[in-house]
Amino acid sequence: MSITPAAIAVAARPARRGAVWRHLRRHPTIVIGGVLLGLMALAAVFAPYLGTVDPQALSPIQRLRWPSAQHWFGTDMLGRDIYSRTIYGARVSLTVGLSVALSTTGLGLAIGLVTGFSRWADALLMRVMDGLMSIPAVLIAIALMALTRASLGNVILAITIAEVPRVSRLVRGVVLALRELPFVEAAVASGTRADRILWRHILPNTLPPLLVQATYTAASAMIIEAILSFLGAGTPPNIPSWGNIMAEGRSLFQVAYYIVLFPGAFLSATVLAINLLGDGLRDALDPRLARRM
Amino acid sequence: MLAYIIRRILATVPVMAVVAVFVFALLHLSPGDPAAIIAGDTATPADIARIHQALGLDRPLYVQFASWVWQLLHGDLGISIFTNLPVTELIAQRLGPTVALTISTLVVSVSAAVPLGVLAAWKAGSWIDRAVMVFSVLGFSVPVFVLAYVLIYLFAVRADWLPVQGFAGLDRGLGPFLAHLVMPTLALAMVYTALIARMTRASMLDVLAQDYIRTAQAKGLANRQVLLGHALKNAAVPIATVIGIGVALLISGVVVTETVFAIPGLGRLTVDAILRRDYPIIQGIILIFSAAYVLINLLVDLSYTLLDPRIRY
Repeated sequence: MSITPAAIAVAARPARRGAVWRHLRRHPTIVIGGVLLGLMALAAVFAPYLGTVDPQALSPIQRLRWPSAQHWFGTDMLGRDIYSRTIYGARVSLTVGLSVALSTTGLGLAIGLVTGFSRWADALLMRVMDGLMSIPAVLIAIALMALTRASLGNVILAITIAEVPRVSRLVRGVVLALRELPFVEAAVASGTRADRILWRHILPNTLPPLLVQATYTAASAMIIEAILSFLGAGTPPNIPSWGNIMAEGRSLFQVAYYIVLFPGAFLSATVLAINLLGDGLRDALDPRLARRM
Repeated sequence: MLAYIIRRILATVPVMAVVAVFVFALLHLSPGDPAAIIAGDTATPADIARIHQALGLDRPLYVQFASWVWQLLHGDLGISIFTNLPVTELIAQRLGPTVALTISTLVVSVSAAVPLGVLAAWKAGSWIDRAVMVFSVLGFSVPVFVLAYVLIYLFAVRADWLPVQGFAGLDRGLGPFLAHLVMPTLALAMVYTALIARMTRASMLDVLAQDYIRTAQAKGLANRQVLLGHALKNAAVPIATVIGIGVALLISGVVVTETVFAIPGLGRLTVDAILRRDYPIIQGIILIFSAAYVLINLLVDLSYTLLDPRIRY
């Protein structure tokens, strides 16, 4: 999807407060997504107080129990409580989503601004980004994880490296489009210093599309984390993550499908919430795209 | 035109070069001794020394890189650490199921997504449009393995209509081949279909707002002719682009889908290689998948001139 100067000019216009409320009323998705995500975040933060037990506690007598009043989501083959594991798993997913969104935004912004303003850096860095973008993100992450010891930090790092090219391309596109706009031209003509143009005129206008991109990156990062863990190359098995729980339920699916069901449903619901939020933000910040998509 | 094709093909060289450098550098820039990591926690010094030798890690870095590239250009992807077989041979053995799954997903996705997107744009704001948009948001949100398990539960565990897992080659007949392919294809097609349908709708909405569409309708052309002959033809370039870019999603999805359905393809090979830290295989697979992605997008780029005769190079 291309970013035209017109789209940025529209996005840059400040919205009035009344218009915000009217917009929220007409686009309930942003509210639904926000509330759902908020609930998930609360569950992650207050996991110990939500009727959970130690998610790692083994109980060999109570192996593979179906969901009941005692074990709301049942137990796995080691007798661990799946409800507790799923609630604690929200911590992993949300941590990964948030960390990757923040780090790709920071790195992407830096690379995008530099390439948007320096011709030789552009030629070099964009060739590298093109190359990285032609490797599917999951494969980059798999390759990086195969070579490092499994840890949550390494998972975040691997997914960040896989996602950075897309963000820096976006920033570069916005910067190149902005450079052609009259207000930047005017600033240049009136002798404004380059660094001031960058900070005062260019940077603020890259933020709306970056914010939208950050939500999509968070959603994508959570899916990739789950995939890595599911394949056995992600979060270490001693940390309950949705991908890990599903991996453990894989071979038992035909006798105990509930092991896969609950973390799968939580993962889908969280990603859905973030996508709804992202779509809502995009509609709010860029009316031209909103009409199209 | 010929000059453009040559230029476009040459442009893939630096991209593949970056991929090759990345794949090579991965092994050498990672913290610690790669041989020790590959060998695992229970390795003896002799094991580590053997892997050192096998990967040629005892030579200077530039020599390693030069010989690696030289072998690569001769179609040699190295030797698997675990099985001691050439990586190219292992990949060739596993190529069939992956190609079958990818092609069936491509066909199903494109033939579902384009009509859905056209319909949604034509009836913009109607319930059909809303349904397509809801489907596309869900398609982006439900991860492929979650959807795969839902399908297995519905069609294999509850209903017993389809085999739970596995793969049947064409040599076992068309029936078993298709039966094994239905669920993996549907699971994998969801996100790809969502992506293409969304772009088709967006592109069609742009074109349908053009003056020549109003002219075509005003002179009394049938809807069908306006939509397919005038609108879709002009909306085709972004749709083709997203089909090409979406192949990356497809490749990521293949690895997961093959694991869920126990399909003996490249994805399964990847996962086995991760668990055994068989690095030459992982390197080979990344190169093959990336080359396929670059090649498909090259073909998409070249197809622009066929889709839109106004594009001249």
